[in-house]
Amino acid sequence: MIHSLFLINASGDIFLEKHWKSVVSRSVCDYFFEAQERASEAENVPPVIPTPHHYLLSVYRHKIFFVAVIQSEVPPLFVIEFLHRVVDTFQDYFGSTNVGDQLPTGQLSVVPWRRTGVKYTNNEAYFDVIEEIDAIIDKSGSTITAEIQGVIDAYVKLTGMPDLTLSFMNPRLLDDVSFHPCVRFKRWESERILSFIPPDGNFRLLSYHVSAQNLVAIPVYVKHNISFRDSSSLGRFEITMGPKQTMGKTVEGVMVTSQMPKSVLNMTLTPSQGTHVFDPVTKLLSWDVGKINPQKLPSLKGSVSLQAGTSKPDENPTINLQFKIQQLAISGLKVNRLDMYGEKYKPFKGIKYMTKAGKFQVRT
Amino acid sequence: MSGNGLTYSEHGGEAAPELAQEAAPAVTPSAPAAFGLFSSDTKKNEDLKQMLESSKDSAKLDAMKRIVGMIAKGKNASELFPAVVKNVASKNIEIKKLVYVYLMRYAEEQQDLALLSISTFQRALKDPNQLIRASALRVLSSIRVPIIVPIMMLAIKEASSDLSPYVRKNAAHAIQKLYSLDPEQKEMLIEVIEKLLKDRSTLVAGSVVMAFEEVCPDRIDLIHKNYRKLCNLLVDVEEWGQVVIIHMLTRYARTQFVSPWKEVDEVVDEYNENNFYESDEEQKEKDQKMKTTYAMDPDHRLLLRNTKPLLQSRNAAVVMAVAQLYWHLAPKSEAGIVSKSLVRLLRSNREVQYIVLQNIATMSIQRKGMFEPYLKSFYVRSTDPTMIKTLKLEILTNLANEANISTLLREFQTYVKSQDKQFAAATIQAIGRCATNITEVTDTCLNGLVCLLSNRDEIVVAESVVVIKKLLQTQPAHHGEIIKHMAKLLDNITVPVARASILWLIGEYCERVPKIAPDVLRKTAKSFTNEDDLVKLQILNLGAKLYLTNSKQTKLLTQYVLNLGKYDQSYDIRDRTRFIRQLIVPNEKSGALSKYAKKIFLAQKPAPLLESPFKDRDHFQLGTLSHTLNSQATGYLELSDWPEVAPDPSVRNVEMAELAKEWTGILGKPKKEKPTEKFYSESEEEEDESASTSSSGKWSGSDSESEKEDKEEGSTDESSGSSSPSEESTDSESDSKESAAKKTCRAVNESDSEVIKKKAEGISKKRSTSSSSDTEYTSSDESSTGSKSESDSKSDSESGKSRNATSNKVKKPVQDRKNPKTQDMFLLDLDDFCPVTPVAVPRAAVLSPSLAADLEGLSLSSSSVIDVTTQACVPTKTHELLHRMSGKGLAAHYHFSRQPGIFGDRMVPVQVTVTNTTDQKIENIHIGEKKLPPGMRMHEFNPIECLEPGGSLTATMGIDFCDSTQTASFQLCTKDDQFNVNIQPPVGELLLPVTMSEKDFKKEQGMLTGMNETSATIAVAPQNSARLIITERVVKAANLGVVPSGQDNIHRFAAKTVHSGSLMLVTVELKESSTAQLIINTEKTVIGSVLLRELKPVLSQG
Repeated sequence: MIHSLFLINASGDIFLEKHWKSVVSRSVCDYFFEAQERASEAENVPPVIPTPHHYLLSVYRHKIFFVAVIQSEVPPLFVIEFLHRVVDTFQDYFGSTNVGDQLPTGQLSVVPWRRTGVKYTNNEAYFDVIEEIDAIIDKSGSTITAEIQGVIDAYVKLTGMPDLTLSFMNPRLLDDVSFHPCVRFKRWESERILSFIPPDGNFRLLSYHVSAQNLVAIPVYVKHNISFRDSSSLGRFEITMGPKQTMGKTVEGVMVTSQMPKSVLNMTLTPSQGTHVFDPVTKLLSWDVGKINPQKLPSLKGSVSLQAGTSKPDENPTINLQFKIQQLAISGLKVNRLDMYGEKYKPFKGIKYMTKAGKFQVRT
Repeated sequence: MSGNGLTYSEHGGEAAPELAQEAAPAVTPSAPAAFGLFSSDTKKNEDLKQMLESSKDSAKLDAMKRIVGMIAKGKNASELFPAVVKNVASKNIEIKKLVYVYLMRYAEEQQDLALLSISTFQRALKDPNQLIRASALRVLSSIRVPIIVPIMMLAIKEASSDLSPYVRKNAAHAIQKLYSLDPEQKEMLIEVIEKLLKDRSTLVAGSVVMAFEEVCPDRIDLIHKNYRKLCNLLVDVEEWGQVVIIHMLTRYARTQFVSPWKEVDEVVDEYNENNFYESDEEQKEKDQKMKTTYAMDPDHRLLLRNTKPLLQSRNAAVVMAVAQLYWHLAPKSEAGIVSKSLVRLLRSNREVQYIVLQNIATMSIQRKGMFEPYLKSFYVRSTDPTMIKTLKLEILTNLANEANISTLLREFQTYVKSQDKQFAAATIQAIGRCATNITEVTDTCLNGLVCLLSNRDEIVVAESVVVIKKLLQTQPAHHGEIIKHMAKLLDNITVPVARASILWLIGEYCERVPKIAPDVLRKTAKSFTNEDDLVKLQILNLGAKLYLTNSKQTKLLTQYVLNLGKYDQSYDIRDRTRFIRQLIVPNEKSGALSKYAKKIFLAQKPAPLLESPFKDRDHFQLGTLSHTLNSQATGYLELSDWPEVAPDPSVRNVEMAELAKEWTGILGKPKKEKPTEKFYSESEEEEDESASTSSSGKWSGSDSESEKEDKEEGSTDESSGSSSPSEESTDSESDSKESAAKKTCRAVNESDSEVIKKKAEGISKKRSTSSSSDTEYTSSDESSTGSKSESDSKSDSESGKSRNATSNKVKKPVQDRKNPKTQDMFLLDLDDFCPVTPVAVPRAAVLSPSLAADLEGLSLSSSSVIDVTTQACVPTKTHELLHRMSGKGLAAHYHFSRQPGIFGDRMVPVQVTVTNTTDQKIENIHIGEKKLPPGMRMHEFNPIECLEPGGSLTATMGIDFCDSTQTASFQLCTKDDQFNVNIQPPVGELLLPVTMSEKDFKKEQGMLTGMNETSATIAVAPQNSARLIITERVVKAANLGVVPSGQDNIHRFAAKTVHSGSLMLVTVELKESSTAQLIINTEKTVIGSVLLRELKPVLSQG
């Protein structure tokens, strides 16, 4: 299946290679470099590149290309998904501050995702319900499309072979779900209960989509006035944002980014709060707003200077928004209870809710 | 490299140290100097050699780390081979691992030296530790040295019968490697594959199918007998194996089943699982309908049903595999269920999005309806990469119809203005396609495009021109104005394609713009020399056309242009000029053709088709590399067309006797296999057990199901009066199969082994449930006097009925008589290993009333039928018997298994699970002194000789509580200690569920009034008022049987007490405003009132 794997860094060096069958010369990557050149940006490099004798399937993460060399027909997602798992594993392994000396050993447990003989002095299970709002808001502020995607990430450190069940107050909200392999599918089908023997440590228990029938509450609004004039090389830029449908919670971690048209030379702006940066090379404006105080709405105002002689841009830039709201699942999803069977100790249980902006765009 | 989680994770692990070294150079003391200094290779290597010679493992390890680091960086480390290979026998497992990594890389280059290491692997292949056996096999098969092929072959053969499924899995991986090294071995390898395909471990399934796909994908015959097993195992196979199996089964199914796509509308939606619960009439109707139409092979259905849950997988490849399976195999009406899951994948990484969007693009062309509801999910975000944007656009265009086109066009307007110009241009193409496909909006689109002509961006304008040109070609009559407008644009547009398009348009329709056309020619003649080749050709073209239609005005101009062309630098243009001149300018040399010049140039030209690049791409199997590339990749396996007539379906039948034999075989095994190496072998053993139980459990379950389906179809066929011989033969075959199975059951029953008896009971229990479901169908058949079924089918059903009746009635006493002696630990404790049990709750609850109703209909005698039934539900709740702290590391839990009559009819069975949490063996666990209230009796479990550290065992004991909730106290003893423990039963466990008809229930209730009746009014939480939920909750709280009820608001349950057999009748009558009357009738008033108290909160709680 995967014949060889090459890791290529941002400057185009092959810094690691691994071969599972016979050795494939690294010159095969030349085809990849060609394709990379054709695609102006890294993320436009096609994930599947045919070459005369091989196929190159790649994923791009952390500014590194992971290029798998394939010799014959294979489901491309198989390879792509696998490469992503490899990256996840690397990330787990190197990402944490204390790189363990012991490598994970092959597990032959009854439940393949959990090693046997787990022991903790403090038994704890934490669950984070994190929801992301994906939305496109049009010029006038009305919602073109909005949906909620959620995940439940777990951090479980429990002794032995605990068997957990987690139930919701309102499971009907969940429209489409995908599970960690530990979740018993039939139990969910029949009772809408998540029943599972958890892996040890961090894992994603569940991803879900909230059914489209439910109207999505949009927690922030953005007022904008961005205009370029043909006659002058100066444009106006003004955005103000405020809370809306936040269920009384504070909107924080607000961050605004916007890709300015190429003809923009510079921006002179003053924020009412937070800090902003405009990068004249990439033309990316970012404004770290922080918290939104409903009494004093944050705003960013100023002027835009355009390259002299060019005509005004056709399109106003799109505004991308990031924010988070603690202790709120915007869909209203609530965990009812968490029970443990199979072990006798009393674990410490915790559940946290959070709402974040996903791909949240405001067209202007 | 083959697909499986374990190996992968290990490879991940192997790769890790290479990186670890890089990330944390300080870890290795000698390493710092090494970094960036690999240039002085020779000297460094000397250094490494010395370290490898060292007597210290730490130095060797450091050296190996650096060497593996070199390999990872692509540096040549081959000259170290002799020094490294010496360490292959190292006792240090870390060093060993790294030496293996080295060997796998360089053995092929240094074959002679590599041979030195072979004996080490051969020894390791016999190691008691399964991990070492597996890794030895892995390395051995990765060393690409042709001379050891026979050794590899032998090793694979042996490993394929290893007791450890993990080793067998590695054997499957090795098959592919050996095959790629020496294809000559194919025949022998196929034998191994055939053997491993029969393996029942979920661990092996994915890997062996992978080997099958690689080595002998055409040997479909090897799959037949394993088909059902693979379908049933699928959910439990690891994710990578699932992908491979699903793809293989897709191909298999296309060769074995007939197309479900004919007469689409008439195909009965068998899929709808509800029909199981539907009333008889509906069932009958459907049956009748079915006889004239297509009936899906139950095996075909099995595959669809068992893959569906995998749509919920977190693995994108699995979801895609199921999606393509449904696309290629499911009736058209069902393929839609995959859409939602595919759309979910769009949240994933861009690479996943890319592949999924491509597949959706192909699907959405053929079946718009599938993705229409998700239209907005394909809206483009400015942050999407261009390739994702264009794919989304493609899909949006495919989905466009009269209803959504206006919304879409509004969305497209935003896209046209995108800063990503390549995407903007693609949008214009898309608008063009919408315009041709949906005639209602053609004019709107055209106007919109014309507006774009005044766009500032040249690319946008150019693309618009090209698209307008295509559009105008479809209906040129009305659009003189637009052509004029475009002619004006010519002065400003510089993009060659666009200029060429305008010129072509004017030339083609020069008769509609007679005044402008010559002027355009004049202008372009002037700029001819500066134009792009593309434009020059069109100027020539325009000239020629004008010359033919309006030679008066343009003759001179055309000749001027032709002269320019004659001396052009490009020979294409010179060629074209010469050609045109000969054709249009009559002279003595020109032949007959020039007469037809006008016809040639101004012939009616077909309008170009604006169609999707994804059209017809589905002749490649979806989800494959070939589909993504739209060209056949090496090794692509064609998906065959459906056969006209299905091949013999009986090839997939597996003999039940054979199965039973295998079961006993498997059951016997764990006993034989003594734990050699504690940790692993134990878990292995457990795994073996769980695998066999789960698989066998599923097997029989689904088997009876599929049998049922068989029956169903059989009866349909018969009643249609046109039973084909083949169908009959399979029917009788299944009959004989059944009886054979019965026979084995009996034989097994008589045998002495306790374990087997247990198992056989399990089988017969299942069998009886399946036959009872048979009754359901036959009874429905019987009641349908309208469609007179043939006599033999009737007798058949009757015999089935009687069989069922006897099995239901006769079985119990037999069991009861036999069982007093039975007492044992459960080697196979289903409840413990099979977490699925609670799932049965609602299903059983729903099933039993209807079942009982049928029984009522069948019973002709007026005497009341009160039968002990099987429990409707087994509570999952376990109670603590002994905490590990107070038990010095011995922990014990108990729960009420509700298995009736194991220890005689007055005992309540209690399952006790003891767990050893210490790190030493606990020996001789038994029950010591008992302090029981008078009358109470206890049936002890057999002493447990020895419990390994970390191990746990389940034993069953029986307690006669004398119909009271008094505590049974006793001592749990080990070799050294005694612990006082006690069990107090919840009142609900002092009951045995019974079934009776509604009539009998009322009759009995009538006799238990007055003192014998207790009742209470309770508040019922609104979400609890559904029948299902009430039933579920009540039977969970107390071991009651469900009695069918004619009224929707009244729910009846019945049981008898375990000790005295007194009836216990429970009625829940729902009143208005979410209250309910709870009535209990029983002679045992104390228990009655306690039960009443316990049931109250069950229904009122949310």
